[in-house]
Amino acid sequence: MQLHDLWFVLIAFLWTGYFFLEGFDFGIGVLTGLLARDPEERGVLLATIGPVWDGNEVWMLTAVGATFAAFPDWYATFCSGFYLPVLAVLVCLIVRGVALEYRHKREDERWRRTCDRCVFWTSLVCSALWGLIFANMVRGVPIGADKNVTGGLLDLLHPYALLGASATLCLFTLHGVLFAALKTKGVVRDRARAKVRPLANVTTVVVGTFLFWTQVHNGRQVYGLIVLGVAVLALVATVEQSATHHDGRAFALSATAVAATVAVLFLSLFPDVMPSSTNPAWSLTVAGSAASPYALKILTWVAAFMTPVVLAYQTWTYWVFRKRVG
Amino acid sequence: MNLALAPETMARWQFGITTVYHFLFVPLTISLAAVTAGLETAWVRTGKEKYLHATKFWGKLFLINIALGVVTGIVQEFQFGMNWSDYSRFVGDVFGAPLAFEALIAFFLESTFIGLWIFGWDKLPKKVHCACIWMVSTGTVLSSYFILAANSWMQHPVGYAVDGATGRARLTNVLAVLTQHTTLVQAWHTLSASFLTGAAFVVGIAAFHLRRARRSRSGPGMRTAVMRTSLRLGLVLAVVAGTATALSGDSLGQVMFEQQPMKMAAAEALWDTTAPAPFSVFAVGDVSRGRNDVAIEVPGVLSFLAHHDFTGSVPGINDTARQEAARFGGRPEDYVPGVFMTFWGFRLMIGFGMVSFAAGAAGLWLTRTRWRLDPRLRTAPDEVPRLALTRRRELGPRLTKWAWRTGTLTMGFPLIANSFGWIFTEMGRQPWAVYGLLKTRDAVSPGVSTTSAVISLSVFTLLYAALAIVEVRLLARYAKAGPQTDGATDPASGSTSDPASGPTPGGLVSGPASDTASGAARAFTY
Ligand code: HDD
Ligand code: HEM
Ligand code: HEM
Repeated sequence: MQLHDLWFVLIAFLWTGYFFLEGFDFGIGVLTGLLARDPEERGVLLATIGPVWDGNEVWMLTAVGATFAAFPDWYATFCSGFYLPVLAVLVCLIVRGVALEYRHKREDERWRRTCDRCVFWTSLVCSALWGLIFANMVRGVPIGADKNVTGGLLDLLHPYALLGASATLCLFTLHGVLFAALKTKGVVRDRARAKVRPLANVTTVVVGTFLFWTQVHNGRQVYGLIVLGVAVLALVATVEQSATHHDGRAFALSATAVAATVAVLFLSLFPDVMPSSTNPAWSLTVAGSAASPYALKILTWVAAFMTPVVLAYQTWTYWVFRKRVG
Repeated sequence: MNLALAPETMARWQFGITTVYHFLFVPLTISLAAVTAGLETAWVRTGKEKYLHATKFWGKLFLINIALGVVTGIVQEFQFGMNWSDYSRFVGDVFGAPLAFEALIAFFLESTFIGLWIFGWDKLPKKVHCACIWMVSTGTVLSSYFILAANSWMQHPVGYAVDGATGRARLTNVLAVLTQHTTLVQAWHTLSASFLTGAAFVVGIAAFHLRRARRSRSGPGMRTAVMRTSLRLGLVLAVVAGTATALSGDSLGQVMFEQQPMKMAAAEALWDTTAPAPFSVFAVGDVSRGRNDVAIEVPGVLSFLAHHDFTGSVPGINDTARQEAARFGGRPEDYVPGVFMTFWGFRLMIGFGMVSFAAGAAGLWLTRTRWRLDPRLRTAPDEVPRLALTRRRELGPRLTKWAWRTGTLTMGFPLIANSFGWIFTEMGRQPWAVYGLLKTRDAVSPGVSTTSAVISLSVFTLLYAALAIVEVRLLARYAKAGPQTDGATDPASGSTSDPASGPTPGGLVSGPASDTASGAARAFTY
């Protein structure tokens, strides 16, 4: 395995971390509109992610930063090629972050309601946007010989991408419901648990179909199928675990499903990072878009040193805030 | 193509607006994090209640500010790829590394520990809690260091080679990028400017409260004690940081003169090579026309800034432009940056920043306590200080009022100075994106349509304007409310705290205690 292959895996790992962690943040955001009945309950839900959401978001910043450093062409084509969806993601993250942080800063009904609405809508839209973007990236976009994407926004809105958007939305919402069941108590928890079965059923179908479609059309590795199977089984099993009050296990299963979903997507990409739908010869490949071996070596050293440290203190944070809220 | 709508113009406006906006929050974040950390440390070590109140008060303002710093920073992370994709392809190998380090080393530290600090008041031992805010502060400083290393590389590329096959920059020495002189001086200057910014902010708000306490003749009290301590801290910080900013700015000037002579010439609107070169404090007429009509000049000072010698020769814009054209091709006028903005940006940066330094020095003198002060004029630590001009003479009531007011009115000056500093630095580098290697017009994204660029420029401008209103209102509300020292109703949040148990730690972020939100408040302080 060469260094650029390692970095491809590391970037997949960073996105997995992001979708696992911010996945439940988004899910909680969606639940404030779906599950909570009054500002107080919304407050309980948001309190489960209050101390951690910002740290969770940095996983994405690191994924993007690492892509810039390790695969400059990937970064450049990705950000400029998905210009408007990325812009929409940014707007969502800005509004959402401000709403989460400022919600408690005023004792004013209307203020709080506005913040809550912002959190709900931005979480929902952002969950879907990530699916849309990743589906397009995996399927391939019209990349020309000069590595730039041609074509407009409408080219990104096709059934497969919309299915991808629904898949991440469902997946994150389910993940959030299981997180809520794990972290709250009382009536909020009861209501969250009641939502697991219907949500898990829908999610299994949507995510299963999306991954299957991915595997059939873009799958390049057979073990994509195995990973797909893992995702589906994990999703099915959440219902059983949640019903028997094993909240921790149920949450671990949805985490597994998130990881497996990312794995299927990245397995379908490799050895490309952004396939071209116009001409396969113009696809950006792992080897072709990687930074120089020296730059990759430096990055590897820093990552090898820092990643365990980051994991350690982030884990500690979850330990400090391990108690249920409610 | 119509120049006003050229993709390059759009991209430049967008980058300028979003980055300057981000940098309004950054200096306050950097400095307030450290101020809060220092105050909490004082509380942990001395146990004095006033430090706890001060920690909470400044901590609250810090949190309101950092929220916007963080969300506007996220945009920065994507900007290079969105609007400057050719730039990203060209420099990614070199430029990406500091950005990735920044995320991995600094952002994680900041964002994780800030959550612990906000929500950990009653979950962590005092010392651990205090260590958390120090971690945040370390994160902010590291973050600025890495990004400035990246920016310095654009000002003065080192540690790279241009790859023959791809025509792109390739990293050859990461230490050279991280430790080159330009990076160190720029970091030093930016960080000290950040602390000057925080100092003026602290002074401004403390002066506001002290003036109010003086006017309402409220007797000695905890609030006054907190504000007096803050005032003192702010004044000292303004003097120290202001001095450091001027010294580092001087070094930066020499670095710039060596590495980008054009920027120095443009900063001075010095059209012809001159020895000894004067520093023009002020120029009338259109400095960008090639001749200055009237100028107030201090002879020799520019030579001094460039060489530390009052007689040296400083090359002018015309000569430098001819040299650059000979070296890189094209016409000389292609190499002349916007002289108007560069010239005035430089002056406004120094002017606005140094007012705060001067205000700090004056304030420190006026509010001195023991030293050479008539006992009659001395005040207790929980009283509003009297402003003493000489040993025995207090300032008159009019002047006193204005002295306090000046502190408040100038609190935003260093922020303005910071913005102009960046406008000067970045516009003075034009036409280069990476000095000597890549022109800005070759850096834009070729694939992005003008429509997309216009959409994003408008979206960001509108969104940022709306956020500015929200944030300034919120800051003003909390700043005016002052520290919650007496268990009385908190004007900013309507919450009450139990006077017997002193300040409630959870009150820092949650504060709220209305009927609808009490559950949430409980949730946040559980
Ligand atoms: C409070 C803010 C503030 C204040 C009072 C000053 N500066 Fe500054 N200056 C900045 C804030 C700033 C900045 C925004 O932070 C910049 C932009 C880029 C950088 O590194 O710092 C900057 C850039 C900058 C540059 C450009 C460097 C380059 O392009 O490479 C020079 C030469 C100076 N400064 C010099 C000075 C001098 C001689 C000052 C006063 C005596 C001074 N600055 C005060
Ligand atoms: C154009 C280049 C820049 C990029 C790509 C960038 C990127 C970012 C990002 C992504 C964040 C949010 C991190 C989080 O979620 O915690 C952030 C925040 C921050 N950045 Fe920037 N930034 C830039 C310029 C600067 C500069 C020049 C400085 C300092 C000198 C700086 C210092 C900070 C600090 C201290 C924070 C912490 C939060 C806050 O700003 O309030 N940044 N930046
Ligand atoms: C570190 C990475 C940075 C990169 C790659 C970068 C790049 C650029 C580019 C390409 C432009 C457009 C050229 C122009 O319009 O004149 C620009 C302009 C500008 N940037 Fe930077 N810059 C960086 C950091 C910063 C930071 C940290 C700040 C300040 C906080 C800043 C402030 C500005 C300003 C004020 C302009 C002027 C806008 C204009 O001239 O239209 N830049 N920068």
